Amino acid sequence: MSPRSPEREGAELERRVLTTTVERMVAWARQSSVWPASFGLACCAIEMMCTAAARFDLARFGSELFRASPRQADLMIVSGRVSQKMAPVLRHIYDQMLEPKWVIAMGDCASCGGVFNNYALVQGVDKIVPVDVYVAGCPPCPEALMYGFLMLREKIGAGGGRR
Amino acid sequence: MPGLLKQSIALLRGFLITGRYLFRPPVTVLYPEVKTRVAPRFKGRHWLTRYADGVERCVGCELCVIVCPSQAIYVRAAENTPERQVSKGERHADQFQINMLRCIFCGFCEEACPTGSIVMGQDYELAGYSRASLIYTKPMLTEPYPGASGRDPGREV
Repeated sequence: MSPRSPEREGAELERRVLTTTVERMVAWARQSSVWPASFGLACCAIEMMCTAAARFDLARFGSELFRASPRQADLMIVSGRVSQKMAPVLRHIYDQMLEPKWVIAMGDCASCGGVFNNYALVQGVDKIVPVDVYVAGCPPCPEALMYGFLMLREKIGAGGGRR
Repeated sequence: MPGLLKQSIALLRGFLITGRYLFRPPVTVLYPEVKTRVAPRFKGRHWLTRYADGVERCVGCELCVIVCPSQAIYVRAAENTPERQVSKGERHADQFQINMLRCIFCGFCEEACPTGSIVMGQDYELAGYSRASLIYTKPMLTEPYPGASGRDPGREV
């Protein structure tokens, strides 16, 4: 791009003057208030609670409200192993959530079955719901979950992840 | 009337605790800006280390593959030739992959490794948009220069 191309001038103007497109404003609003569903499955849920508590404080990113009703939630953090019996319940909760909605597969078990490579568990929650961000760790420490959450924020801010 | 007084004192005592916490420094860690320090023996992502002279430590024995409880490691060994001496043993790892989404960070691979090649680092920021992006291959795992993983490259094992 040349120093005085129209695109660069447009970007410069946008930086100096408070103008934006509706799409970008909506994306900004969405990424700043992602409300997770309060829904924990196993030991990862303990780390998820810790992420929301005072020390790590997910509220700094506008996500302090863990909604008890999936109809008020935007994000499902699948925190823990999903057994074959739990799979239809999980799908049901996902279907009850309103668009736009996102899913974080937190930890090894939710991402791909982890250490439990057996018939009792779903080998990766992406077999039943579409997953946006995978977080590795067993369980991931609160910072690791927050790192995954910030990756999701970036994705939402770029207008991605809508289905 | 004494009941009301008692209740008012109880209320004030409650507010006193709130007021005391108001002037304490906040406990919140400002994570993305300030990285929290982990314990010295924290088990984070893996590194394949090198000797001080830059030769790879991994000899492709596949003991880490055998010991791994979640079968997260894949190793394909290849023979060292006089022209291409990658490690100090007879063989070296031609392919070395760790699936970070399978790994439970137990550290058994680190214990099993006879040459001390595989070590657990301090990095916990492991997340991705796809499952394939979290399968770490040999170029990603091998430390770029001796000692890059934070371990002394001159150690015995």
